[in-house]
Amino acid sequence: MIAQPAPKQDVMARRDEIVAALGKLVSPTGLIHEALRLKPYETDGLPAYRQTPLAVVLPETTEQVAAVLRYCSQNGVRVIPRGAGTSLAGGALPMADSVVVGLMRMNRILDIEYADRVATVQAGVTNIGITQAVAGQGFFYAPDPSSQLACMIGGNVGMNSGGAHCLKYGVTANNLLGLRIVTIEGEIIDLGGAHLDAAGYDWLGLMTGSEGMLAMVTEVTVRILRAPEGARAMLVAFDANETAGRAVDAIISSGIIPVALEYMDRPAIHACEAFAHANYPLDAEALLIIEVEGSVAEQDDLLARIAALCQPFAPLSLRVSQSAEESLAIWKGRKGAFGAVGRISPDYLCMDGTIPTGQLPFVLRRIGEMSDDYGLKVANIFHAGDGNLHPLIMFDANLDGDFARAEKFGADILRLCVEVGGCLTGEHGVGVEKRDLMPVQFTAIELDQQRRIKSAFDAEWLLNPGKVFPLAA
Amino acid sequence: MPDEGAPADEAGVASVIRAAHDANEPLLVGGRGTKAGMLRPVQAARSLSTRALTGVTLYAPQELIVSVRAGTTVPDLEAKLAEGNQWLISEPPDLSGIFGPGVATIGGVVATNLSGPRRVAWGATRDHVMGLRAVNGAGELLRCGGRVLKNVTGLDMCKLLTGSHGTLGVITEVTLKVLPRSESSGSVLLRGLDPVHGVAALAAALGSPYGVSGAAYLPGDAAARVLPGQGSAALVRIEDFALSVTYRLDQLLAVLAPFGTCTLMDDADSKAAWIAIRDAAPLRVDDGDAVWRVSVRPSAGPAALAAIEAAGGRGYLDWGGGLVWVAGAPGLHDAVRHAAGTGTFMLLRAPEPMRAAIDVIPPESPALAAITRRVKAAMDPRGILNPGRLYAGL
Repeated sequence: MIAQPAPKQDVMARRDEIVAALGKLVSPTGLIHEALRLKPYETDGLPAYRQTPLAVVLPETTEQVAAVLRYCSQNGVRVIPRGAGTSLAGGALPMADSVVVGLMRMNRILDIEYADRVATVQAGVTNIGITQAVAGQGFFYAPDPSSQLACMIGGNVGMNSGGAHCLKYGVTANNLLGLRIVTIEGEIIDLGGAHLDAAGYDWLGLMTGSEGMLAMVTEVTVRILRAPEGARAMLVAFDANETAGRAVDAIISSGIIPVALEYMDRPAIHACEAFAHANYPLDAEALLIIEVEGSVAEQDDLLARIAALCQPFAPLSLRVSQSAEESLAIWKGRKGAFGAVGRISPDYLCMDGTIPTGQLPFVLRRIGEMSDDYGLKVANIFHAGDGNLHPLIMFDANLDGDFARAEKFGADILRLCVEVGGCLTGEHGVGVEKRDLMPVQFTAIELDQQRRIKSAFDAEWLLNPGKVFPLAA
Repeated sequence: MPDEGAPADEAGVASVIRAAHDANEPLLVGGRGTKAGMLRPVQAARSLSTRALTGVTLYAPQELIVSVRAGTTVPDLEAKLAEGNQWLISEPPDLSGIFGPGVATIGGVVATNLSGPRRVAWGATRDHVMGLRAVNGAGELLRCGGRVLKNVTGLDMCKLLTGSHGTLGVITEVTLKVLPRSESSGSVLLRGLDPVHGVAALAAALGSPYGVSGAAYLPGDAAARVLPGQGSAALVRIEDFALSVTYRLDQLLAVLAPFGTCTLMDDADSKAAWIAIRDAAPLRVDDGDAVWRVSVRPSAGPAALAAIEAAGGRGYLDWGGGLVWVAGAPGLHDAVRHAAGTGTFMLLRAPEPMRAAIDVIPPESPALAAITRRVKAAMDPRGILNPGRLYAGL
């Protein structure tokens, strides 16, 4: 278990006073301080770590956020920004002396301009909520993390969330145009807007993926895109990870960029099939879900090209979806992968490294060996087009030492990702989970540089403390 | 720049910066200097060029990744990518028509975050910088990002350094996402529309499901410089497999028919027109003229253009109407600033005394300006890297 900074005793001692003061800054129902009602805020999507915060506030306006942060800044109180609490990296884990600032009440769509292809929404709107707001006009918001039904756009900005379709459409950073942020001093600042490429430093880019450490996001302006005419998925099964990997290389080298190119290994195929009944081939060692977009004729053309590119690698089976329902079922299996693994194992850890795609067969072989060494099963989901690997390590938290072993296994996988030229996290963020692995990827000089940037925004390190950077020695 | 200021390797870059840091003397940082006339002039006794850092260090076409040293010229990089039948996604402009002859480096493109017509659909240069190596103002090497397409490990220092005009660090090597070259391309052309209807046509095309990769509007005089025929020109581009180009152009004809008479441009004509639009060739730039790039929400483009024309300037629109290229007398500056409204502007070219005296990009709010100063100090503690390039006194 990772260590957290010690709570500030002076803040803990002033608990009642702080709660009373915060209560004056938000609406009467926007303050939570009773032990039972604080319970849901103890943890996020990494439930192995829990800590009850000092209090939770649920502001309804940017001005309320500013008032809360100004108070916390003036009183040395740590702040944990929180969206839907879906972080898989412990990005919203509280500290005992911290105030959680939850943005779930800021859930209004503020403006949609189809002619400019932009939407401005409050930070607590869900990811899917943006697409739902514009779908009637045939538009969508592109990044689609698996948690998109629950996760909020403000959290997506904090973690620079990706999804299964970012090979074509990019991640959150590539789909943002503007932000309204609140600094720890309570200053409200607008970055960017409905226009492209604001002059000056790329604050928008720096804020994205900064894990709530630089400022809080209260409003977000995103690009919305017109949906393609249609999309269709194809399933291709292979007898070995190596051949599937070579097929991926062949597809990308041919000049085709599928909108999604997803990869599952044998344990993942079996878990997902049991959950989604998508008719996945159970005899395969590796399965690719390949999706293309366009008119029916364009889809036919691209799928035929891809099928031809796969043939030299002797696929065990190759199935093109024949209907929208079939495509949905295929995606239901993939998007439900985490839940599916949750059905066959009491607990699991979802890792999130990125590797150069060419290293996939080697990395999967090594993970297999480690799995034997640790005595823990693992299923691998992989965004094959962009190299983002999600090993799901299965364990039982009720067995003594199992969680610690799973964490160690996960850390070994991430070290391996860095060794082969990749990185610790592709889309989930560092949070508390990977904090102490940062020196594997960065030199002390590089980490100190990033710390100085953090200090430039938040000199007292009150915003989301204990995340991303290893604690000072 | 003197040769002693053009080290042959990254260690040399670091030692030049350390020496300047120790001596507390400002450095003029650049590549081949093709955009040295941009923004505010830098007063510096020493100079540092990355022009001698050349060559592709990694090219993995099947991973859509290229790593290249900062001083490599854009044409050299493009030639390398052509071997893998790929290209730079953001289509960076060649601004020699504005700044005079010269060949830009990829490091300069990244340091200025300049993007061409494809930006409207496929993102800016900054969107495709997956990694970079840079030396900060204390002479320390920073490796940022990596060589993979998805990476959220730590603060995104790539974004901070990209577009920072050499004021936060000196970029020595960049790793870019690249994409396959499209098999074919073509454009739909509408003549004679006024700017409001022209931009409405662009919006209809960009709001269609056909994957438009360029959308520009040229007033009559601008169109006459790059296209045969008469009248203003609204152009919409498709780049894709040949089958898709044919199909999608056909569909766009139907989408755009209500706006006027449409004609098709074939692959060769379309390519030539979009290179011209990319490089600001439609813009007449007279001796002594200043040049600006203004970015507004696309639907605000026609009003911005009208205001600039009313003040005596010339311009044309790219990025679906959102990018306004402007040329005119330096005295137009206030009108350009005003036309940018809540959008943004950048003074690309102007006489040096003017560039030293005015805001060349929009000033930041006091709260943001304070952050800018602290971030600058965090990266370049003695303020030696391109001082004053973006903001006076910084």
